[in-house]
Amino acid sequence: MKFGILISEGPYTHQAADSALRFTKAAIKAGHEIDRVFFYHDGVNVGTRLSIPPQDERNLQQEWSALAKDHGVDLVICIAAAQRRGLLDENEAKRQGKDANNIADGFRISGLGQLIEMGILSDRLMTFGD
Amino acid sequence: MSETVKKFLYVNRKAPYGTIYALESLEVVLIGAAFDQDVSLAFLDDGVFQLTKGQDTKEIGVKNFSPTYRALGDYEVTKLYVEKESLAERGLSADDLQELVWEDEDDDYAEKPSIRIIDRTEMAKLMANQDVVLSF
Amino acid sequence: MSTLHTVNKSPFETSTLKSCLEHVSDGDTILLIEDGVYGAMAGSSMADLVTAKTKAVSIIALAPDMQARGIDEDRLIKGINTTDYAGFVDLAAKNDLSHAWL
Repeated sequence: MKFGILISEGPYTHQAADSALRFTKAAIKAGHEIDRVFFYHDGVNVGTRLSIPPQDERNLQQEWSALAKDHGVDLVICIAAAQRRGLLDENEAKRQGKDANNIADGFRISGLGQLIEMGILSDRLMTFGD
Repeated sequence: MSETVKKFLYVNRKAPYGTIYALESLEVVLIGAAFDQDVSLAFLDDGVFQLTKGQDTKEIGVKNFSPTYRALGDYEVTKLYVEKESLAERGLSADDLQELVWEDEDDDYAEKPSIRIIDRTEMAKLMANQDVVLSF
Repeated sequence: MSTLHTVNKSPFETSTLKSCLEHVSDGDTILLIEDGVYGAMAGSSMADLVTAKTKAVSIIALAPDMQARGIDEDRLIKGINTTDYAGFVDLAAKNDLSHAWL
């Protein structure tokens, strides 16, 4: 079965990104496909490579990046939500005249259409938020 | 892809301005309209506050997005279900809500109301009868 | 058609669980996750409302979230079962639709 995952809350403050990660790992283990994970609202903050959680804590960004690398999970960050919150990839930073970018490996920035498309193409859409 | 038509329900249970959920939900609805799906919006609990008249955000520095609901008809988003009990619990009635209309091409562009007041039982049925539920 | 509802809020902080209970259809499943698991505890002011629904719908609490919060299974309302993340995935696959109450 094809699952789409929507994460609509930021990391560390809320448990949503943790719950989504555990659900995603369990789904892959059970042989399901995770087509796409869409990060919206403060959820976009999961995708910054500049976060440095204490060493004895989980690193949510790295765990998601690893899922993209190992299982080809498509990690999409909403561009409108990302721009509000200071998440930029290299192209967007150039286009907006900003001096830095911060998107982590395995994440890409795209439009809200990707969320709707995920709803159309997946068998089940799971939302994790607050 | 465009041949698949799914029933999408956007569930709105949060008030505007205190958090961004109402605005960013509306942004999804507007973008989603381009995908020609069968779209309905549900307003219940504090979500009914999104549709009230007379919102004026000048003094809080936040964009007033309540006029955007009036544009939904132009995007062919014409089914806005508002729960009667949620209104009553908050001391509101249909008269407190904005008047939202859409033009029916098949009926000589007659203006028809987009807001449909339904009771809790009907809301539960609406929720059960969907392919995708998006809640923020 | 059946729906998996997830509730992640403590019923003592928000009315999310109450609203979910009022909008489920018979045969649906409610999965309590994160702070939602507090709604599964026996003896609380919410217990009667939750218990009344355990006949028409299946109410399940996510065990990892219970353990994290120090809630033993014997503290749960009778009729509420528990599951793990693998069970969560199965529930999502088995039901036709997922509805997250946030």
